[in-house]
Amino acid sequence: MANKSVWSDNRFWQRTATWVTGFAAVLLIWLTFDTSAQISMGTDEDLKQGVTKRVPGPTVINYKIEYLMDAKRGHEIPVIGGKNAEGRSAFQEKEKFFGRDDWTEEEAGALLHLGKLGSQAKNCMNCHTLLGNGAYYAPDLTKAWLDPAWGPEGSLQAMTGKNTKEEAMAEFLQHPSQYPTHERMMPDLGITADEAKGLVAFLKHMSSIDTNGFPRNFGKIQGAVHGK
Amino acid sequence: MASNTLNESKQLATWYFTFAFILFGAQLLFGLVAATQFVMPGFLFEILDFSVARTLHINALVVWMVFAMFGSVYWLLPDETGINTIGIKMGKLLYWIFVAAIAVVVLVYIFVQVGPADETTIWFIMEGREYIEAPRWADFGIVVVALGFVANLFLTGMKGKQTGIVTVLMADMIAFAGLYLAGMFFTDNISIDQYWWWWVIHLWVEATWEVFVGAIAAYGLITMIGAHRKVVEMWLWIEVAMLFGSGILGMGHHYFWIGTPEYWWEIGALFSALEPIPLVAMFVHVLYDWGKTQGAEEEAGNSASVINNKPAFTWFVLNAFGNFLGAGIWGFFHTLPQVNLYTHGTQFTSAHGHLAFFGAYATILIGMMYIAVQGKNNIKVLKNTKSSIWAVSMIAGGVMGMTVALTIAGYVQVLVSRAQMGATWAGYFDGQAGMWFAQGMDWRLVMGLVTFLGFLLLAKDLLTTGKNPVHER
Repeated sequence: MANKSVWSDNRFWQRTATWVTGFAAVLLIWLTFDTSAQISMGTDEDLKQGVTKRVPGPTVINYKIEYLMDAKRGHEIPVIGGKNAEGRSAFQEKEKFFGRDDWTEEEAGALLHLGKLGSQAKNCMNCHTLLGNGAYYAPDLTKAWLDPAWGPEGSLQAMTGKNTKEEAMAEFLQHPSQYPTHERMMPDLGITADEAKGLVAFLKHMSSIDTNGFPRNFGKIQGAVHGK
Repeated sequence: MASNTLNESKQLATWYFTFAFILFGAQLLFGLVAATQFVMPGFLFEILDFSVARTLHINALVVWMVFAMFGSVYWLLPDETGINTIGIKMGKLLYWIFVAAIAVVVLVYIFVQVGPADETTIWFIMEGREYIEAPRWADFGIVVVALGFVANLFLTGMKGKQTGIVTVLMADMIAFAGLYLAGMFFTDNISIDQYWWWWVIHLWVEATWEVFVGAIAAYGLITMIGAHRKVVEMWLWIEVAMLFGSGILGMGHHYFWIGTPEYWWEIGALFSALEPIPLVAMFVHVLYDWGKTQGAEEEAGNSASVINNKPAFTWFVLNAFGNFLGAGIWGFFHTLPQVNLYTHGTQFTSAHGHLAFFGAYATILIGMMYIAVQGKNNIKVLKNTKSSIWAVSMIAGGVMGMTVALTIAGYVQVLVSRAQMGATWAGYFDGQAGMWFAQGMDWRLVMGLVTFLGFLLLAKDLLTTGKNPVHER
């Protein structure tokens, strides 16, 4: 038919589908290159030079990490090694991790590697969420390192009888069902002392990742409900 | 469409459907275990913990759907291409390899559960990455099986009549198989890990699987109500354009908070907000074609229904609506970053997950199983039975009930644990202890049981309806 409209032509729609899909795929691939560069893991040199990376190097475990409101960005960001005049990471203030604040790049990297492998081998993600992804049977672990409950005044640290956050977390991970906090408990997953150390390093490292302000207000509200 | 002896490709399809259905049952059973644990935390503690039950729940889900998808393709290929499926012997061999591999993986999940923090665990026990937990050795098995399946589809499609439906399936299935490769590596960097993990999960369920559903719906409309192929295939191409046009970059909504740059807020918000549009279109399409075909019949003085497979068509219509409601509406609820900042990683996601997987995929795949029952038994018009109606009502009602219960629990979690308490350990448990949260979890378990009873009726109907004398032969 001479007057057949292009809008009812299958070939036209097939071409449209091909072009639209191709365009979206190319854009995604292009963005992937940009994002990959931005989320590649930093190095010890970056930390020493004061270079802020979205995912810092493993030696970030030698530093104090905080999660503070950033006026410019309008949400909280990880602040590593104390804050500078602009309220951002100064990379100065160290913090001992299992008694040391001089973990080398190799040592810290090996610890993080062990911890990341452990997080998968123990299937953490099918109870907890990591960066908000996973299951919803247990608390989110994104900023677990910064949870006040593990801090010096925290109930979880007190419960384990340890004097530091990392030792308390490692103790709990090895014998979770010995420290029941609620009727819902974490099961014993056969986590060894070494694996626990790696897992805590993995958690500390994860808390230093710039997650665009997720979760919001983490650890800022104390006793808001019960008026402690 | 039915021939006297079942075509070999269709026979293989029935094998795929059978195993898919068994896994569907396993999915529901382990879901019930996990749901019970929310209500009674001591249930099977340190025997079959929540993490194990949930791994099995979601893996059985993914794998039964993949099986039913492969089955659907083997079923429709001879009808579409007009020739016998090429490489059917290899297809049968791969089927058994696939089944055996899954049996081993499941036994290891149940009896070994976790391993030491080293590469052997990743290779032989589990990878610990939600939805694609299967150990690395099984990944390679899956790739081999998927490649064999894609090869059969391509060889048959290129030799036989390459209809629009077959063309879409060829392009879609190669992307579906290829994307799995993005989930097969280990990295210490959890942001990179999750970036590529979403390439598998999102680009499957919000892109390639959706297009697959479009193609199956097109096939169903042609075979069940005799819709006009040219119209149906034109719709299909429009749907492909809209689904891929929104779904591929809609992946940005998973990149809001995993360490990735802020520009994903805008990209993810925009494109994922567009994702419901094709789902509305698909619903309209199914109803429109139905009305049009029935209307034409009535004008010709024929008042009989144009539907030659009532239960299958019921599931297809439920699919069109459920896809829109579960994936579209429930997805849109929490897709904008302003909302997702608080809803990300809560029962809200779980509510959406339940209704979307059911509405978008379970429904249409069950519909395909009914089409297979019809074809296998040479039935001209397959009618509803009491159990087919009760099954669809109880399953759909049960899933909807679970979704509502989880949504309410999700609200409590979002408001108390997140907004009010700031997402800490203490905040998490404050939310979980809330009365409305607990009630939500109770109702989820009840509705899960309703769903499971519906499943049993569905099993009974699928197994017996083929011999029922009520159908027209």
